[in-house]
Amino acid sequence: MNDLLNQIELVGDWLTSSQQWRGDDGIPHRLLEHLTYSGLSLLFATLIGLSFGLLVGHTGRGAFAVASVANLARAIPTFGLVVLVVTLAGLSTTPVLVALVALAVPPILINTFEGVRGVDPDTRDAARGMGMTGWEVLLKVEVPMALPLILLGLRVAAIQVVATATVAAYPGLGGLGRFIVDGLARNNYELVIGGSAVVVVLALVVQAVFTALRRVIVSPGLQPSATRS
Amino acid sequence: MIRFDAVSKNYPNGTTAVDELSLELAEGGITVLVGPSGCGKTTTLRMVNRMVEPTAGTVSLRGQDIREIAAPELRRGIGYVIQHAGLFPHRTVLDNIATVPLLLGWGKKKARARAAELLELVGLPGDMAKRYPYQLSGGQQQRVGVARALGADPPVLLMDEPFSAVDPIVRGELQAEFIRLQKELHKTIVFVTHDIDEAIKLGDNIAVFRTGGKLAQFDTPERLLAHPADDFVADFVGHDRGIRRLSFVKAAELPLREGTVLPADSPVARARALDEPWVLVVDDGRRPLGWAAVAELPDGGTLADANLAPLGHTFSLVGDSARAALDAALLSPSRLAVGVDAEGAVVGVADAYELSAAMAEDAAVGDAAVSDTAVSDEAEVRVAKSDAGGGER
Ligand SMILES: Nc1ncnc2c1ncn2[C@@H]1O[C@H](COP(=O)(O)OP(=O)(O)O)[C@@H](O)[C@H]1O
Ligand SMILES: [Mg+2]
Repeated sequence: MNDLLNQIELVGDWLTSSQQWRGDDGIPHRLLEHLTYSGLSLLFATLIGLSFGLLVGHTGRGAFAVASVANLARAIPTFGLVVLVVTLAGLSTTPVLVALVALAVPPILINTFEGVRGVDPDTRDAARGMGMTGWEVLLKVEVPMALPLILLGLRVAAIQVVATATVAAYPGLGGLGRFIVDGLARNNYELVIGGSAVVVVLALVVQAVFTALRRVIVSPGLQPSATRS
Repeated sequence: MIRFDAVSKNYPNGTTAVDELSLELAEGGITVLVGPSGCGKTTTLRMVNRMVEPTAGTVSLRGQDIREIAAPELRRGIGYVIQHAGLFPHRTVLDNIATVPLLLGWGKKKARARAAELLELVGLPGDMAKRYPYQLSGGQQQRVGVARALGADPPVLLMDEPFSAVDPIVRGELQAEFIRLQKELHKTIVFVTHDIDEAIKLGDNIAVFRTGGKLAQFDTPERLLAHPADDFVADFVGHDRGIRRLSFVKAAELPLREGTVLPADSPVARARALDEPWVLVVDDGRRPLGWAAVAELPDGGTLADANLAPLGHTFSLVGDSARAALDAALLSPSRLAVGVDAEGAVVGVADAYELSAAMAEDAAVGDAAVSDTAVSDEAEVRVAKSDAGGGER
């Protein structure tokens, strides 16, 4: 019991000591690195996942491929995949980014696809019947109606990426994982726990950002049916 | 206006949804497509706005083959109302109605002003503009669906069972409102329903389809009831078609008796002298007061002293149909229908048998004028008589 309290105090000291908030090895710098990797991976993953998800959902062609990706993603332990890629490809930025993108694409792709495909056929039919072109149906009806699920996919991907980007520290690329890796190597648990705490806080911030975003950009007309997601 | 030329639609699975349809729909009227489920009504309707492409034949609009017009452009010029309204759940009522004007690039402000106008036109309060579809009842959603179809004031309106998903009371309201709206707007409307009553109520012309996508008959409601082309149509319009067609005979043409109508100040003796079971008592302005049962009249005095049985329904010689007259007769305590003029003054009375005989004659004459197949008229007279006689008991 005393031990635990002691640990918490040490972690508190670590987090608040002024030295942790300065320099290349300080929290702000590591956080910035972490956000850069996460942000870049998420950007690429969104470009890929969203465009394929919209394309397949809108045309209905390639649904089988999307389902396969979904099953594959479920079967493979994500952290293992990332470690494997990094171990095999060695110490550089690209493999880390590739691994993170690979991690983030499935939830975005699947949820976007499901969101678009789930639009009531009557509604889609009405949209065409009013004289909307294919693009107009997609942008004015399918995307707004799929937004709750698209945001869900993005949120899941973002949180996974933020948590998993800690592996960037293994090939020496920095980020918040640095604290964890260094702490483990030096048997310095304040460092491990403090670093982890920052990652957890970051994940919570991401969650909050998406909740706020959803409130702003999802139509109130969709809220009652969208609460399930 | 809208013309089908030997149009067929075969689906890849071998279903023939529409078979060699040739039909010309007049401008400014309501054409109802009616028939049992699966007979190709929806397919026919959707070939007009290219939501379905025919496998053979040509559909033309104002003389132009519709394949020459790009589908989105064609559709923006044709109003389309679908069965379950199909409103956009993420858009407010106002923005749903503004859909087509927005697609046409009117700009938000103008499109919304137009939408607000339409909201009022279809009988919805202005404060509904900001609601979302899930906050509306089924009937309200259908009204919004109609308003949305009218968005850019298209000359042609396609409506696919627009009132079938609401309860009968709301349906009646929507139908009445629809008739009022059409009087104002004079659109060319193609209206799909599986309900023959709705077809007869709304249609200027009715196309009856049989299973397999074949047109069985295309006629006015009156002629459809009087001269069903074959057993299928006769069956489909129902065995009570004799009664239904009375809706198209004007009550003004019915013969009425005046003998049993007496003013309230007449002496009882005068009522007895008529040798009728019932006498209709009227006031100074000949407005009906009630029925006097002659057998129960007091021995002296005037009819004003008598206990009168309530009138029941009267029918008006200016607006009502023969069907209202027959209803009035069957519901009256004396079994006599009371016909009144525009001021509500009694013109005369008739019993159900007299009425039905006259109606049958009238309908037969009307038919002969428009048809040279007078063969079935006699059968028709019998139907009308036996219907009325059955009700009299
Ligand atoms: N996309 C389709 N593929 C195959 N068959 C269809 C399709 N759409 C309609 N049908 C068939 O065509 C026939 C006519 O359908 P429809 O026009 O919807 O009938 P209705 O509106 O009169 O009920 C039905 O037998 C229906 O099953
Ligand atoms: Mg149908």
